Amino acid sequence: MSANFGPFFDVIKFVIGMIVKGFDIVLRGTPDLLLLVILVALTWYIAKWRMGLFALIGLLLIHNLGYWSNAMQTLSLVLTAALLSIVIGVPLGILCARKNVVQNIVTPVLDFMQTMPAFVYLLPAISFFSLGIVPGVISSIIFAIPPTIRLTNLGIRQVPQELVEAADAFGSTPSQKLYKLQLPLAMPTIMAGINQTIMLSLSMVVIASMIGAQGVGTDVLRAVQQTRIGTGFEAGLVIVILAILLDRLTQTVMKKSKK
Amino acid sequence: MPIIEIKKLTKIFGTDPKRAVPLLKDGWSKEKIFKETKLTVGVNQAEFSIETGQIFVIMGLSGSGKSTLVRLLNRLIEPTSGQVLFNGSDVLQMNAEQLRQFRRKNMGMVFQKFALFPHRTVVQNVEYGLEIQGMSKAKRREMAMQSLELVGLKGWEDSYPDQLSGGMQQRVGLARGLANDPDVLLMDEAFSALDPLIRKDMQDELIELQSKMKKTIVFITHDLDEALRIGDQIALMKDGSIVQIGSPEEILMQPANKYVERFVEDVDLSKILTASHVMRKPETITAERGPRVALQLMRDRGVSSLYVVDKDKGMKLIGVITAEDAAGAIKEGLPLDDIIQRELPSVSPDTLLNELFEIMGNTRLPVAVVDESGRLKGIIIKGAVLAALAGNTVPEAGVQLGHS
Repeated sequence: MSANFGPFFDVIKFVIGMIVKGFDIVLRGTPDLLLLVILVALTWYIAKWRMGLFALIGLLLIHNLGYWSNAMQTLSLVLTAALLSIVIGVPLGILCARKNVVQNIVTPVLDFMQTMPAFVYLLPAISFFSLGIVPGVISSIIFAIPPTIRLTNLGIRQVPQELVEAADAFGSTPSQKLYKLQLPLAMPTIMAGINQTIMLSLSMVVIASMIGAQGVGTDVLRAVQQTRIGTGFEAGLVIVILAILLDRLTQTVMKKSKK
Repeated sequence: MPIIEIKKLTKIFGTDPKRAVPLLKDGWSKEKIFKETKLTVGVNQAEFSIETGQIFVIMGLSGSGKSTLVRLLNRLIEPTSGQVLFNGSDVLQMNAEQLRQFRRKNMGMVFQKFALFPHRTVVQNVEYGLEIQGMSKAKRREMAMQSLELVGLKGWEDSYPDQLSGGMQQRVGLARGLANDPDVLLMDEAFSALDPLIRKDMQDELIELQSKMKKTIVFITHDLDEALRIGDQIALMKDGSIVQIGSPEEILMQPANKYVERFVEDVDLSKILTASHVMRKPETITAERGPRVALQLMRDRGVSSLYVVDKDKGMKLIGVITAEDAAGAIKEGLPLDDIIQRELPSVSPDTLLNELFEIMGNTRLPVAVVDESGRLKGIIIKGAVLAALAGNTVPEAGVQLGHS
């Protein structure tokens, strides 16, 4: 398979590699403290001041513990996985909502992806994309994309039938119906899916580090292998701080989209 | 030509529904078809035609197929067989794009539970139908505002639907349906979710709007009083079939079968029938005639009073003379003019019967029915009112006069 589809996998590898690199350049190319201030300001602006304060303390702690560079690498991986999950997952979810056939095919596949132990698909990921960040992103996407697809599907199907009927009765085209009615009303549910996807891809970073995706995951993995409890907790704490920040930020956006 | 005409329109729910169409043609009942084929008959070979400017009411209890029937008209539900003709062209032959244009331009719809888009403001809801046609923002806003003003919601345009009461929400629904300026407005139990008092207001407003805008309205309801109040024509449905079509009076006075009879038996006729339904042709005389002629006329016709009218002014009512007075006048040699009673009870043709009772109790004379320019349209005697309330058909003469 890798022989026949070699060029295809190369293209995927190239695209994903470019996205990760893009995030990486922005996140690690910017001076640490400047980026820190920007991130805190952004959190402050989107969420409330309390979240801003948490971001300030949390990010300073990460920097102080010396995990800044690795944390940003992890963030690149998570953001790439999340971005691609959204780009692939939302349209797929829309398709599922429109066609029962698609839903009937996709649902078991998603069940499979979610229940299959993540370690199992690390192996094929390596054989197709070799070691590094790209198979890490791919396996993160496989693990993290189901909530976005499921909740996009659900959100659109939950739009009350009478509203869809009203949109039809006034002569909407299918895409007008989608953009003017279904997506706006499904947005809170879709955002809940995206939130879950981000959380899940963050939980994949340690596993992804096993196949060479650099970042905080590597620190955790090394601490586990060498039974260094202190380092393990420090690196784990960094992941927790990132998780809380990403979760609260997406949740705030979610709540805003509800209004 | 009627604006909407449906022929043998049938909707059957279930898999492979076409197989039940011949069974319906053979006269199988809804129950029998369900028993034998597991198919549910929604609408069974319905036929009617609606004239431009009519309020056509489709009435039936829940499950009678009325909501399905109205959705067949704009193909929100795809008919199984039959024809829907709009200005003579078959709606069922339209492709997706033609159907969209038809829905955009020709048929508006108002829904039972309002179906307003919660993420859009009132004015954004109203302009939705125009927006999807690609109309410019300024133009559609202007038209939406006009429509809102029509339903009395000016000043609420920037509110969200959930900030409005039920009655106001349905006004928004009505404004949205009218904004496209469609030829036909479909209203699916539009007022059923409203409080009785608000519902009555909305009915009045709808009648007023309709007389202003001359829209053709197809109105679905399960409420007979509502149907009788607003309908020009009423189609009564049961088990997917149309049982009777007629004017409110025809439904009340000549029920087609036991089902319709049972439906209408609880109606308080005194709140529905008007003076024009029960009045009969008056015996008249002009003021130039003498008392002798008057008395002779009364004897010939077997009545005890005559209405004096001015034939030159189109039957303008002047007063009434009684046989007693006429006999007196002959004895004393008085002209007819001297014995006319000019003060007499009179009502307008659309006075409800329950308002008539008191007037009739206070007089021995029949009550005169005069129109707004004072012309005599008919008279009401007690017997006719009682007969009408008992559900008997009103004498032909009275009905004809009432419609002239």
